Amino acid sequence: MNIYIKRKIINKLMCGAAFFSALLTLAPLISIFGYVISKGITSVNFDFFTHLPMPVGEHGGGMSNAIVGTLILIGLSCLWAIPLGVFGGVYLAEFGNNKFAAAVRFSADVLNGIPSIVIGIFAYTVFVLPMKSFSAISGAFALGIIMVPTIMRATEEMLRMVPFALREAALALGVSQSRMIVSIVLKTALPGILTGILLAIARIAGETAPLLFTAFGNRFWPQGLNQPIAALPLQIFNYAISPYDDWHRQAWAGALVLILMVFLISLLTRFVIKPKYRRKEMIWKQK
Amino acid sequence: MEAEIKVSNLYAYFGSICALRGINISIKEKVVTAVIGPSGCGKSTFIRCINRLHEVVPEAKLSGEVLLGGKDIYSADADPILIRRKIGMVFQRPNPFPALSIYDNVAAGLKLNGIKRKNDLDGIVERSLKMSALWGEVKDKLNASGVSLSGGQQQRLCIARALAVAPEVILFDEPCSALDPISTGKIEELLFQLKKNYTIIIVTHNMQQAARVSDYTAFFLLGELVEFDKTQDIFTKPKDNRTEDYITGRFG
Ligand SMILES: Nc1ncnc2c1ncn2[C@@H]1O[C@H](COP(=O)(O)OP(=O)(O)OP(=O)(O)O)[C@@H](O)[C@H]1O
Ligand SMILES: [Mg+2]
Repeated sequence: MNIYIKRKIINKLMCGAAFFSALLTLAPLISIFGYVISKGITSVNFDFFTHLPMPVGEHGGGMSNAIVGTLILIGLSCLWAIPLGVFGGVYLAEFGNNKFAAAVRFSADVLNGIPSIVIGIFAYTVFVLPMKSFSAISGAFALGIIMVPTIMRATEEMLRMVPFALREAALALGVSQSRMIVSIVLKTALPGILTGILLAIARIAGETAPLLFTAFGNRFWPQGLNQPIAALPLQIFNYAISPYDDWHRQAWAGALVLILMVFLISLLTRFVIKPKYRRKEMIWKQK
Repeated sequence: MEAEIKVSNLYAYFGSICALRGINISIKEKVVTAVIGPSGCGKSTFIRCINRLHEVVPEAKLSGEVLLGGKDIYSADADPILIRRKIGMVFQRPNPFPALSIYDNVAAGLKLNGIKRKNDLDGIVERSLKMSALWGEVKDKLNASGVSLSGGQQQRLCIARALAVAPEVILFDEPCSALDPISTGKIEELLFQLKKNYTIIIVTHNMQQAARVSDYTAFFLLGELVEFDKTQDIFTKPKDNRTEDYITGRFG
């Protein structure tokens, strides 16, 4: 009886500690959200989404060019980084039982750890210097380099979670290996791969450092992919370090919009490419 | 003798482990052949060599000859994909495709090979599900996930999937180990139907089942084929002591 009570007390204490830790990890997220919303909401209005930035000293204006610029940069990066990452992941998971694959895996992990500003400098040397101009493509190149290893490793992990028995079942039906990979393995792993891609997008959407010497920023609408282009994080950075209160408020608004954008992208992707059956159900039943 | 299977001198390895040691067997077409033997004796490995699935296991190797209808399925110009289409397989553990609906699971072999005509598919899916005695239970939820079914239903779904591609030979690897007696009865019934048109090899741990459903029985032990004969003879007058010991339950 005594032991039972003691066990119950310890149980309560441990449960409480676990709950409290979970709450604490949630706290930064909620407070960041709360802070950004309270600071930014007053400056977010219709003009913010439709107008260009105003010159110093003039009131109003918006960041429409930066919003569009960020979307263009994200789109351009995805255009090359997603296919490359997914194909690379397929190689690692399906044909990756060799030294070359091990080397690729290792480099991807190293690349993941390289500070993004270094990647920016690299993009500057291979793109901006030869082109003699800051540009949207050099920005997308730098952002894509950040995306590829994340997507590749996520794809590999997710493909490896697909049981060998499913591959055998497909092969036993007389399905070719390529068909099996595309229609069975990739399809089964799709929700997980999408999540990996979303994480990569969310990460680059807010990257500032690699854009400093590539996309550079621009006060006007995008003028072409080989021209400097505005981006929300750059604009936020420039406005935040300025001495003007008006710009500070705009920077907060920009931060809020950036967060919402990431949120929206992830919602949208989930909605558009909705997996037919829920992951949880699948893993549960696999056993 | 289109679907007759002749195996000679078949050795199969997993890395350095030798799982089959010189199998020689000649399996008649349009009969049911049972493969029995204690766990780990190489039954699954044996039938996986017949549809060239052994080679997809990393490190797996084999040597010897397997003739299907007189043609060596391991000759250099034999396409494993076409061979597997002729030789269907139902696995030990049910393995429906979780990302596909019940309908698409059955149609998978056809759809993934480019057959897309809805009318054809509808008919084949219905016929296959009826043959595997699952139609009544799923006809109202063909769009539900393949893994939303019970284990036994999943296995019958896998049987339907194998039937849908119209193979000549069907390999069953303990198809009933996850089924209740009623579903087992249905599957055995199905085997009787199928052997009119298909050559069937069934691995089973259940002696009664082997005796009930098969015409011929092969007894494996430690990677070797100990005895192969008419089922009746194997069960009533086995020639080898080891066979007798096994079927009378003295070991295994
Ligand atoms: N993937 C593998 N890697 C290494 N060894 C294996 C592998 N699969 C099977 N083996 C070995 O090969 C031998 C034959 O295995 P097999 O699966 O054919 O047995 P089985 O007769 O089907 O047994 P069970 O009745 O338990 O299904 C066993 O000794 C097993 O340890
Ligand atoms: Mg087995």
